[in-house]
Amino acid sequence: MTSREQILRSVRAALNRQSNEPVPPVLLSEAPTEGLVEQFTKALEALAGKVVVVKTPEEAQVEVDKALKGRTFIRSSDPFSRAAIATIDVGITSADYALADTGSLVMFTESNESRLLSLLPPCHIAVISSSKIVASLDDVFRLRPLPGAQSSAMVVITGPSRTADIEMRLVRGVHGPGEIHVIIIEDDVTHSD
Amino acid sequence: MKTPNVTEALGDSKLQLAIYSATARMAERRRDVVSPDAMPDYQALRQHAHDIKKHTLDHLDFYLEQMEKNVEARGGKVIWARDGAEACAFIQKLARDRGVKVIVKSKSMTTEEIHLNDHLEGDGVEAVETDLGEYILQLGGEKPFHIIAPALHKTKEDVSDVFEKHLHSKRETSPEGLTKIARIALREKFLEAGMGISGANFLVADSGAVVLVENEGNARLTSSAPKIHVAVSGIEKLIPRAQDLAVFLKLLGRSATGQPLSVYTSFLAGPKREGEPDGPEEFYLVLLDNGRTKLLADESKRQSLYCIRCGACLNHCPVYRKIGGYNYPWVYSGPIGKILTPQFMGIEHDPWLPFASSLCGACGEVCPVKIEIPRILLELRSDKVAKGGDNVELWSFKVWSWVMRHPKIYAQLASAALSAAPTKKDSFFAVGPLKNWLSQRDLPVPPAKSFRDWWKERTH
Repeated sequence: MTSREQILRSVRAALNRQSNEPVPPVLLSEAPTEGLVEQFTKALEALAGKVVVVKTPEEAQVEVDKALKGRTFIRSSDPFSRAAIATIDVGITSADYALADTGSLVMFTESNESRLLSLLPPCHIAVISSSKIVASLDDVFRLRPLPGAQSSAMVVITGPSRTADIEMRLVRGVHGPGEIHVIIIEDDVTHSD
Repeated sequence: MKTPNVTEALGDSKLQLAIYSATARMAERRRDVVSPDAMPDYQALRQHAHDIKKHTLDHLDFYLEQMEKNVEARGGKVIWARDGAEACAFIQKLARDRGVKVIVKSKSMTTEEIHLNDHLEGDGVEAVETDLGEYILQLGGEKPFHIIAPALHKTKEDVSDVFEKHLHSKRETSPEGLTKIARIALREKFLEAGMGISGANFLVADSGAVVLVENEGNARLTSSAPKIHVAVSGIEKLIPRAQDLAVFLKLLGRSATGQPLSVYTSFLAGPKREGEPDGPEEFYLVLLDNGRTKLLADESKRQSLYCIRCGACLNHCPVYRKIGGYNYPWVYSGPIGKILTPQFMGIEHDPWLPFASSLCGACGEVCPVKIEIPRILLELRSDKVAKGGDNVELWSFKVWSWVMRHPKIYAQLASAALSAAPTKKDSFFAVGPLKNWLSQRDLPVPPAKSFRDWWKERTH
């Protein structure tokens, strides 16, 4: 008998279940969809992230340049190699969603969105449109009940990389970026009504 | 390295302060984010999380098979390991077959449980812990002190000593500077490693996904940079649906470190897919039994397996907060360790363990998945007694119960005890076995007469 069969057999013997019960219902909370930009800004700033809200892509470019301060960078739309990502200062990406209540970015790995670009460089800049902001992670799971159907990896990024492993003192930028900027381009779309 | 025993730990004022302040801070942060003001539905979420875990464990065979099917549908492989030896043997063979020389590891209590690093090192493979706390401990040859804050007993000077000795770095005593030294040293390892090994916070059956929750980014790197990702997980980590994460993630970060969400939550479904620019080319999930099916068989204690390893019970435990993490017999310390260890190892292994508790109930109160730790401790005590109790205790209670059923004898003994008892606070009890206890406390002086005598006077 294989280990698989032995484990499954032990599980069944241990449970000795007479009948099957239905799985408890999914519990996803509903939150108001107003003031999401303000809420997101406040939440990410509380984690030492920087947030700028602009009206147009051109203004966003200006803000990206300001945040770059002349440092080397790669954008997710650029061709890149891992070796290159490992040496530059800033990774510039988009995001699939942003979470208002926690100031988080939600990113799926896709053809033009690498896992490492938001991870290896010391600074991460994300440019998103305001329509990507949802109230909370609950909304992401409502919109994407099976995140694995879309991509091999979904990552939720909530502020800069941090540790408190030495004397419980907060230090930012351990393995991931210690600096995070989110530039929000306001859409015309009003989704509060 | 030698670890302090209970008496040494209690006498080490530096260690006492470190444990006390770290656990107090984690407890305070948790309190702030689960208060009724901050989170009105906290209690309902706990109950729901408990119900989901109960359902999953009660139907574990079904969810294990579903998980396997979905991991394979995503191009990953599932390895079933009955014990640590099987799990280690698989990983060792995989490393040999692929010619892997360096492995990066992100924090995993499960791989501690099976001593994976020792096995890999025996093969001449360098297995590097990448969580900052774990890295410090690995360099110094120590084990995790706390589930969430593994190196909480180390001062920054201690860390500098370790780095100077093993990394030949200069004296550096700021946490920022020390973190930077580790970042640079570990970055090299991430980029050269042929394999990354992680644990799993959750296994999501409907997605075939492994979920990793962390703050540093080392778990993301471990699961994304090397060509091979191996996740090692106990079979109890399953949850049915991705959507259930909404509930568990709200509870985990808050209970562990007081964060509404930890910095990084990775939802990983199989190896990199066509068109994706990076990610591992091979993905393996090792499903480990190692005694878990034995726990499953005991219905009233089965909930011990609901644990999501947040560490809140450690931070709130008056025993853990004095003796620290090294005085528990197995990798899992604190209240959860107290109920897991005897069930995994057998009550004979450490019969004293369930008794080393004040039964204050704090652990059960803060558990985000509502494991009734105090009740299970009582059951384990009862199991221990049933297997042959302590004779002194047994006979003491027999005598006591006989006396209590004979009021006249009780009255005589009580008045005899009263007349023999000291009338001043600095009593003769302050020697012998009670000496230490009484050095901090006063024994109350008994009243001049017993209640019975007093009552007699009042009614006649």
